[in-house]
Amino acid sequence: MREFVSEKARVIPPSGIRKFFDIVLTMKDVISLGVGEPDFNTPWNVCEAGIYSIEQGNTAYTSNRGLQPLREAVARNLDQAYGIRYDPETEMIITTGVSEALDIAIRTIVDPGDEILVAQPCYVSYPPCVTLTGGKPVAVPCTEEDRFRLNPETLAERITKKTKGVIINFPNNPTGGVMAEGDLRAISDLVVDNDLVVISDEVYSELTYDSRHTAAASLPELRDRTITLNGFSKAYSMTGWRIGYLCAPQALCDAALKIHQYVMLCAPTIGQAAALEAMRSGEEEKNAMVAEYRVRRNLFVHGLNEIGLKCHTPEGAFYAFPSVKETGLSDVEFAERLLREQHVAVVPGSVFGEGGEGHVRCAYAVSRQNLSEALKRMGAFIESI
Amino acid sequence: MDETDSEILRLLEEDCRTPRSELAVMLGIGEDEVRRRVAVLEDEKIIRKYAAVVDREKAGTSIVSAIIELKVSPERDYGYDRIAERISRFPQVRSLRLMTGTYDLQLLVTGKNMQEVSRFVSEHIAPMDRIRETATIIIMKTYKENGNLYFERPEGERLPFSF
Repeated sequence: MREFVSEKARVIPPSGIRKFFDIVLTMKDVISLGVGEPDFNTPWNVCEAGIYSIEQGNTAYTSNRGLQPLREAVARNLDQAYGIRYDPETEMIITTGVSEALDIAIRTIVDPGDEILVAQPCYVSYPPCVTLTGGKPVAVPCTEEDRFRLNPETLAERITKKTKGVIINFPNNPTGGVMAEGDLRAISDLVVDNDLVVISDEVYSELTYDSRHTAAASLPELRDRTITLNGFSKAYSMTGWRIGYLCAPQALCDAALKIHQYVMLCAPTIGQAAALEAMRSGEEEKNAMVAEYRVRRNLFVHGLNEIGLKCHTPEGAFYAFPSVKETGLSDVEFAERLLREQHVAVVPGSVFGEGGEGHVRCAYAVSRQNLSEALKRMGAFIESI
Repeated sequence: MDETDSEILRLLEEDCRTPRSELAVMLGIGEDEVRRRVAVLEDEKIIRKYAAVVDREKAGTSIVSAIIELKVSPERDYGYDRIAERISRFPQVRSLRLMTGTYDLQLLVTGKNMQEVSRFVSEHIAPMDRIRETATIIIMKTYKENGNLYFERPEGERLPFSF
């Protein structure tokens, strides 16, 4: 038989933590800081809205773009929260999570041979999604010295004639780094001068602890060359409902809508009904969750530094990204031994790309009780090295 | 009261035994400042008391709780205040509220058994001047009290690793 699997599917790497899954399965009392999702349940009023939509028989497809009241509510919210204006009729698509939004955004802009700069460390699916379109992902490492922000000089060095766009994600998974308005200004000239398009994944935008989030599209010079991705998973603890959205200038959005209608048709109807409720009255519970994440962050980062794992204070998302270099172990060795010896699961930073090596990602979206137990075990582990 | 005070109250309401040093770390402020703020909250009686939330049924010291509703004729000049003050002196009365609706006052009364509760109501509360009508409602089971669940709820499952 000939090779049935396409070359593209062959070259994309498998998940970097498969073996960690296998180890966890053999253990009982693992505290997992390896989870990239909130530990809170979806607010109950939001769940009720989902249940009610089923009871009402609203179980058919929605329009390709998604429910109109939901798009209108999202547009209002983006304007109020970040000062970015999108027309809900022509510049927005409700998607099946931000994952789908990312996929169709990349397919919208990439032709074979195009180079796409990817600020790293980053969410694991950006480079493979670029590869699958025939494009070439080019890493732009963000370093601890820069507090994991995108450095304009590093960015400039990577730009070639083939560069078509840049993917950024702030607040960042896995580093917790954020880009303030001034930081975005520092890269916007490069973006404009080289005529690049920006894909900005802002799914953690509501989870900032020291300042308000700045949306890339809120910079006037970037507005018409930015595709904004966001969703409900992180802010409203709605990961399993699979609701995200893509906003872009009409020409880009029209193209993205064609891809969306062929590959997805529409986002889940039940999830859209629930998301609408989250938009209408989820504010208070969202704020309570953010306050709790802030408390946990302070506790956990303080604890990490106390046990000797140097960690800058992450300003957003729910990840701490301490350096493990001083232990003499690589990030993969550190994570594997910590799991085997102390039953604490963290993710090695190198799986998130360049700039991640020598760090581990610890999600503090777990109870305070589990956080302090994890710190105790990590302290014991470091003592034992 | 500012935002930091509200955060302190939220954290103490959740667990009033949280050490001040830990509160300081959580809030990103100094321990002295936490002490000073808590002292003010206590002095101003914004924090009324630090107490345990006890599940009596589990403790086995079974007590009977009842909600007693009263129709009361208000008093000139004092309204409901004087009679409420009198009723609140009984240790059996755990909480007392003035309500809108059919009845005026609502009491939560506890006793060792049903007889004790009904004797208390019929001998001490019902005969009081100005009380026109009473209704006694026995509490059968508590599911949630002051925001605390009294039953185990299965947690939703999460994958041990996700990106």
